[in-house]
Amino acid sequence: MTELTQEQGKVQLISWRNPAVRSVVYQIVSVVLVGFAAYTIFQNTVANLTKRGIASGFSFLNIESGFAISEVMPVPMLEPGFVSFISSIFLGLIAAFVLHKWVTRKGKTVGGDYRLVLLTIFFIFVVPAITYLLTNHIFVTETYSEASSYGLGLVTGVFNTIKMSILGCILATIIGFFVGIARLSSNWLVAKLAETYVEIIRNIPVLLQIFFWYFAVIRTLPMVRESINFFDVFIINNRGIYLPDPTPLPGFHPFLIALFVACVGVYFRLRHVKAVQDLTGRQLPVLFPSIAILIVFPGLVWMGLGAPVELSYPKLTGFNFTGGLNPSPEYAAMLMGLSIYHGSQIAEIVRSGIQAVSTGQKEAARALGLRGGFVMRLVVIPQAMRVIIPPLTSQYLGVTKNSSLGVAIGFPELVSVGGTILNQSGQAIEIIGITMAVYLAASLMISVFMNWYNEKMKLVER
Amino acid sequence: MSGEIIGAVPPLEAGPPKMNIGVVGWIRMNLFNTWYNSILTVLSLSLIYYTVTSLLNWGVRLARFTGVKPEDCQGIDGACWPVISDNWAFFMVGTYPYELRWRPLMALLVVVALIMLAVWPRIRRMRLYQLAWLVSPIVIFIIIKGSDTFGLSQVDTRHWGGVMLTVILSVVGIVFAFPIGLMLALGRRSRMPVINILCVGYIEMIRGVPLITVLFMSSIMLPLFFPEGFNLDKVLRAQIGIIMFAAAYQAEVVRGGLQGVDRGQEEAAMALGLSYWQSMVLIVLPQALKIVIPTMVSSAISLLKDTSLVVIIGLFDLLGIANLVLANPIWLGKMFETYVFVAAIYWVMCFSMSRYARRLEIRFSAGDR
Amino acid sequence: MGSKRAGNNNEIMIEIRQMNKWFGNFQALKEINLTVRRQEVVVICGPSGSGKSTLIRTINRLEEHQQGRIFVEGTELTNDLKNIEIIRKEVGMVFQQFNLFPHLTVRNNIMMAPIWVRKLPRSEAMKIANELLERVGIPEQADKYPGQLSGGQQQRVAIARSLAMQPKIMLFDEPTSALDPEMIKEVLDVMRELAEQGMTMLVVTHEMGFAREVADRMIFMDAGHIVEEASPKIFFSKPKEERTKLFLSQILHH
Ligand SMILES: Nc1ncnc2c1ncn2[C@@H]1O[C@H](COP(=O)(O)OP(=O)(O)OP(=O)(O)O)[C@@H](O)[C@H]1O
Ligand SMILES: [Mg+2]
Repeated sequence: MTELTQEQGKVQLISWRNPAVRSVVYQIVSVVLVGFAAYTIFQNTVANLTKRGIASGFSFLNIESGFAISEVMPVPMLEPGFVSFISSIFLGLIAAFVLHKWVTRKGKTVGGDYRLVLLTIFFIFVVPAITYLLTNHIFVTETYSEASSYGLGLVTGVFNTIKMSILGCILATIIGFFVGIARLSSNWLVAKLAETYVEIIRNIPVLLQIFFWYFAVIRTLPMVRESINFFDVFIINNRGIYLPDPTPLPGFHPFLIALFVACVGVYFRLRHVKAVQDLTGRQLPVLFPSIAILIVFPGLVWMGLGAPVELSYPKLTGFNFTGGLNPSPEYAAMLMGLSIYHGSQIAEIVRSGIQAVSTGQKEAARALGLRGGFVMRLVVIPQAMRVIIPPLTSQYLGVTKNSSLGVAIGFPELVSVGGTILNQSGQAIEIIGITMAVYLAASLMISVFMNWYNEKMKLVER
Repeated sequence: MSGEIIGAVPPLEAGPPKMNIGVVGWIRMNLFNTWYNSILTVLSLSLIYYTVTSLLNWGVRLARFTGVKPEDCQGIDGACWPVISDNWAFFMVGTYPYELRWRPLMALLVVVALIMLAVWPRIRRMRLYQLAWLVSPIVIFIIIKGSDTFGLSQVDTRHWGGVMLTVILSVVGIVFAFPIGLMLALGRRSRMPVINILCVGYIEMIRGVPLITVLFMSSIMLPLFFPEGFNLDKVLRAQIGIIMFAAAYQAEVVRGGLQGVDRGQEEAAMALGLSYWQSMVLIVLPQALKIVIPTMVSSAISLLKDTSLVVIIGLFDLLGIANLVLANPIWLGKMFETYVFVAAIYWVMCFSMSRYARRLEIRFSAGDR
Repeated sequence: MGSKRAGNNNEIMIEIRQMNKWFGNFQALKEINLTVRRQEVVVICGPSGSGKSTLIRTINRLEEHQQGRIFVEGTELTNDLKNIEIIRKEVGMVFQQFNLFPHLTVRNNIMMAPIWVRKLPRSEAMKIANELLERVGIPEQADKYPGQLSGGQQQRVAIARSLAMQPKIMLFDEPTSALDPEMIKEVLDVMRELAEQGMTMLVVTHEMGFAREVADRMIFMDAGHIVEEASPKIFFSKPKEERTKLFLSQILHH
């Protein structure tokens, strides 16, 4: 730095004309404003809460709730068994990550050596599986009941949210890809039908659709005695849907292991196919052998173990069906509403993703002599997926967030359970805070994934 | 191998081969070009036939249109449309006092008149007309809410409802969210760390949580934030929640536009000696906002749909009125009619807006070339 | 001209007889008759919309013709997918917009067809790619992505990608139209070299200098017709048709 600029700096240091000064002043002012607002709010809130006799803090989470939740499941407690299982998952992931970093540092890839691949599989899958087998008998689970605490209620709510979101995302994806591809069909009628579906569904509020499925469809289904009954296997009435429930028998774990081994087998067969192609150029068949491996080996094990799953069918006992898998009417309505609505959004994403691949790309591939399937596999899909995946993940986040609409029809997910607790305990700030924190954590995880994906997939440009 | 390998070609008829043109050609090419497309066509046709006939049977052939008495609907298989016609005013304005219903109607007329006048470009450019638009929200508010100075009796917001409330919540939501969103977007681009963190934090927090939690916050937590005795109206609280929510999304929309404007524009403006605010207001924002108008219409559509969540906090917007009507024992079981009708209203509003957005998009992309 | 190159073979590579093509009711190609022999370089020119692109795109079935017959190396183009496959292996094509695959590196762009169509081992495909990159003069760009290259470099990669199929015929659809002037030469140089090595080429271009120098035959198209067909010498000095004269005067006195 020369003397001159230093001089100038000195002159301007205290002047309003100095951008740096302005910037500092602006920032101080905004901090003061925000701080003042926060302070006022805090003061008022404390005063209001004292007046109503509500003690702030999270101790209310241990209070017995006294209300019932219609859908509950065993929730694992943070006891040594479960904690070690969870930690084994993380440790496995960390080990795999370290391995990956170490190998890349040496200028190789994990995929390059089958022993490294096996090691990674061991870390990610086998380690947690073994830990599970060793510890699952000391898992302590609790199932929510009226005598349970508010805290357990909230956790049950979170589990219901997860249960809702996962299946909702899967179904919405299936619908979305199906309809999105149909919109591009060469069959005019099919394309128009798909377009009609999308245009109708996405212009109607999802809450209205959920109400429709719940109040107008599911609740008006026949009563128990007039249930729609498909061979006593599949029963529909206004109490919900009844499906056969698979119950694992003793030989089930070996079967799962066989299935896992088959998956690993398919992976290694794909590696083999690639290696053969790289070496000789010969293209071995992929699809049917893979299906054969996936079906035949686990199938043999299944039969050898004497079909280690028992299906329990719904039975009419008294005034109700019992047994079997029975998603509640609320769950069914939420699932239909969310998957159909978000399916229409995903359809648009899929369509525009595929259309984003220019015809020039396809023509170039065809001019090279690639056949239809290869054009799709090598040129269209890789490019379309880059366009599709980021908005698709935000749809998944949307499904998760919209599962909170369960509060409107009494599906006991997080917001719904939180609302009940809020009404009973008056701990508004804590409960809304917890709810928001859970959703924020989910959003954060998804956006971390998205940043990673975008970084990885970014097309290199000048 | 030399010379010609092709012998004589049969003489040609004029014009393209018949099977490729005209209605028949079109049907062959688009519906029956392969065997599986033929199967799909037949399947689709039967699906369409089944849907359309059952809808027509339910909604028209077997339906009751007049018959004001609900009992007339008993024992029919079709729709019972009196549930709509009898509750029409209810769907439109909620429980707004019967003898004052001319006031929302008048508000509607004001808006329609202003929109109609926009047809003439000459009027559109008149100062007076633009001024009328600017003051119209205040006028409409006074007409609907009432004001003692103008001799209009006050109507409590408890009685606001139906389409009127839905439209108010969304329009006011967008109008107020926009400037806040704009500020947030500028703040997010700012190089001042404090301002940047505040804005990013706000935007990402709101976008990370469901709207219903924001509505809970504004309807339950907000009263706790104010001193004792300070009463915020229920509709107003919901409106604040909607504005807070929409502002974060508007901020992202505007940010998209700002990113679409070449950095060079800002640098050029600075080089001309314009200040930050001058360069923003005169150079950058006009370009950025023009790019994002279609996206902004889409986010307005989302907001319109999202306002339906206010039912959960006990307001009677269009969807809330539907539930209220259905709760009336007289109209018990008329769920299909009610929900289909309400869905149709939402659909018409959203679909027309989305078509408008698409038209703008096409016009803008044509203008760019 | 043809005489510059070794061997003047008479074998017919492309034979088009009385071919007509419609887009709906609009006739884009009318009564096209065209024969291209081995090692010939045919340059097609004509005003915009005259059907040049459509003509060369029918040769590898990117467009379907409705009447007449097209033979490529003795195989007729019909709806038979087998034939189309055979012909596409013989015919390479270079587009105005390059159409490189943006998600693959330059080398992988070139290796795609050898691996998936010619079913070569990876090492061999790699060797081919490296040789071709050498040949078009950009071996150092092999591991970059198309988006990182200049237009001229991209078009040279596109040429290399087509050559990797070892085609007997190359189609060029205005390969230099999307390029900045200083990059045109590097692409034309590659094409010129290709012609000298005896490739059969069908080139749509408005680069008349290139045409004069390299073409064995000029074809002028207008409104879907082949209006004039002549050797470059005659074509540029004394064209027969009025429309050709008009076109040439417009394009040359620019
Ligand atoms: N897919 C298509 N559908 C309908 N019409 C088409 C299609 N492709 C081309 N055409 C029409 O066919 C005619 C010939 O088009 P073509 O692209 O072959 O012209 P061209 O000579 O290559 O022109 P240019 O020099 O502009 O590339 C044009 O009138 C064009 O509008
Ligand atoms: Mg062309």
